[in-house]
Amino acid sequence: MTVRTAELLMAIATFLASLGLMLNVYVSDLNIGWVEGRGPGAGMWPFWLAFVMALASFATLVRWIRGITPESRSTEDYVDRDTLFLVVISAVALLVLLILFEIIGAYFSLMLFMFFYLRTIGRHGWVATWSLVIGTPIFVYLLFEVALTKYLPKGLPFFENLFLYVDDIRYSLF
Amino acid sequence: MMETVLSSLGSGLLQSFEPLNLFMIFAGCLAGLFVGAMPGLGSVNGVAILLPVTFLVPPTAAIIFLAALYYGAMYGGAISSITLGIPGSSTAVATVFDGRPMAQAGKADQALTAAAIASFIGGTISIILFTLFAPPLAVFALKFGPQEEFALMVLAFATFIGLGGDDIPKTIFSIMVGLVLAAVGFDIISGKPRLIFFDMVDFQRGIEFLVLAIGIYGIGEMLWTLESTKGAITLHKVDTSWKKFRHNLGQVREYIGTTTLGAMIGFFVGTLPAAGATPASLMSYGLAKTFSKDPDSFGKGNIAGVAAPEAGNNAASTGSMLPMITLGIPGSPTTAILLGGMIIWGLRPGPLLFTESPDFVWGLIGSMYVANTVTVLLNLALIPVFIRVLAMPFTILTPIIFVLCVVGVFATTDRMFDTWLMLIFGVVGYLMRKLNYPVAPAVLAIVLGPLAERSLRQSLISSRGDAMTFLERPISLACILVAAALVAYPIVNGMRRRRRARAAQE
Repeated sequence: MTVRTAELLMAIATFLASLGLMLNVYVSDLNIGWVEGRGPGAGMWPFWLAFVMALASFATLVRWIRGITPESRSTEDYVDRDTLFLVVISAVALLVLLILFEIIGAYFSLMLFMFFYLRTIGRHGWVATWSLVIGTPIFVYLLFEVALTKYLPKGLPFFENLFLYVDDIRYSLF
Repeated sequence: MMETVLSSLGSGLLQSFEPLNLFMIFAGCLAGLFVGAMPGLGSVNGVAILLPVTFLVPPTAAIIFLAALYYGAMYGGAISSITLGIPGSSTAVATVFDGRPMAQAGKADQALTAAAIASFIGGTISIILFTLFAPPLAVFALKFGPQEEFALMVLAFATFIGLGGDDIPKTIFSIMVGLVLAAVGFDIISGKPRLIFFDMVDFQRGIEFLVLAIGIYGIGEMLWTLESTKGAITLHKVDTSWKKFRHNLGQVREYIGTTTLGAMIGFFVGTLPAAGATPASLMSYGLAKTFSKDPDSFGKGNIAGVAAPEAGNNAASTGSMLPMITLGIPGSPTTAILLGGMIIWGLRPGPLLFTESPDFVWGLIGSMYVANTVTVLLNLALIPVFIRVLAMPFTILTPIIFVLCVVGVFATTDRMFDTWLMLIFGVVGYLMRKLNYPVAPAVLAIVLGPLAERSLRQSLISSRGDAMTFLERPISLACILVAAALVAYPIVNGMRRRRRARAAQE
């Protein structure tokens, strides 16, 4: 896909999204007009902001047709092959990380994520890989769970129970 | 007036020497030097990613840490600009122009010393200006009602359109997206739910600004950096001996003039919301070249060409704090996130901050003096260490940043839903940034959005729905007129240019 095509698709997407926002406000039980003696209704602010979004997207479309923006004339690749690999694999790894958060819990999924990223993408040695795979969850546990008293997701009951052992060790120490 | 300023400053300085605060200054400066030096990470990324961690300490210590990180990043940017020839952050772009040729000529040590010293001078001048300007401005702003607040925010957004230099429809779109995202959740006045997409209950709690900020400046920025740094990097050799260093210190005479000028420019450019440190350093570079006796040597390794932009960006980072502290309007994307942090800490940004939380304000101002000194020392001492760090492969840093983003967002809002939103914002932000949609206005807008809507509606309720209220008060009228001019200027200018081009064709 060229930058030129991407620019067009993005402008269409933002235009449709803006219309969607306007519709969302319009169909809900919100006043998008002026209330006499009180000023704007509850829906006026988001509705007209979305309207300006639509106008701005439309302006980008017009500028694309007339070839004003540099992007609308560029025939370079929007995302080249090497980038596609790195960016897509990073985004997918993050997606899987978030899904696993709720299944096997934050700490086990962080370990898997670090292992995958360092070993498969980074091709680092075993020492670097394992020190970060083990170090990251310990650091996160100490910083967020102990110091900031935040309860990170522990996943399904089986994995949650496994973590009770870790908590036991922690509370026996401090 | 002057006496109260001095006594408050004294107590602020004392406060910054408290063990916790002093530790925060050191930690912040170090973190700042690090994010500044790493290509792809700048102050805004560091502040966004580390904001969730600062809930560990009281607000004053937290802002001292984040502010120190901000200046540290300005120093750090120069390290990679000079040794790698690629800017460590956008604010250090201008430092490459002369820093790179100097490194190629084997004078990297001179350039690094000059950058650190110029940053220190720029920072110090700017902090003194800040101390002088902030109290009177805050007193003046005490008279502001919701009308003036709203008009100021309109002015802040208008500077992005008039001075931002990005594609105008895309800038407007970016501002509006931020404002709309800020409006998600319950309406502040009628209490009705708004913009509950796909009827998902999770949207009722609204969208926290940090979710967008970390999405864009954490996830999106890393994706962007993965793309731009996939090529091999080459480090220039640096001589870090003590003898060399003493000789390099003596060169200050060559650039003290341009540094002072750059600092003044930087401070005032920094106070403008759309401008910030990147244009400040570019303008400072341009002025140094214009006033130089030997302008042709710029771009070929002139030491003043390294000093001027570094003085400019450091001064601008302090300058951008001025409107944030006194008016509640951030002067840069980084201060927008600081402002959002202040709201989470339970402070009410704006002129009342000086009277309601003097410890917070003066602690911050006092810490600026200390942090600036600490950073210049750390910077000079740690140059050899940072050069080693820069050789670290990017694939180690990237997953660590990703983990901090995900856990940080979850820890702030306690919802998986927000981490999903963050990932979506990050990927969409990356795709839009590739098409030159500016992202900074959206982050500023999501922070200011709730404040803007509240002041707009408060003004209109108090005036019984009469919109003329914004034009009847002199300060608000002035802001709106300037804002209108800022919006009209590029449009009229563009039309005139097109007409001239058409006339030239015929």
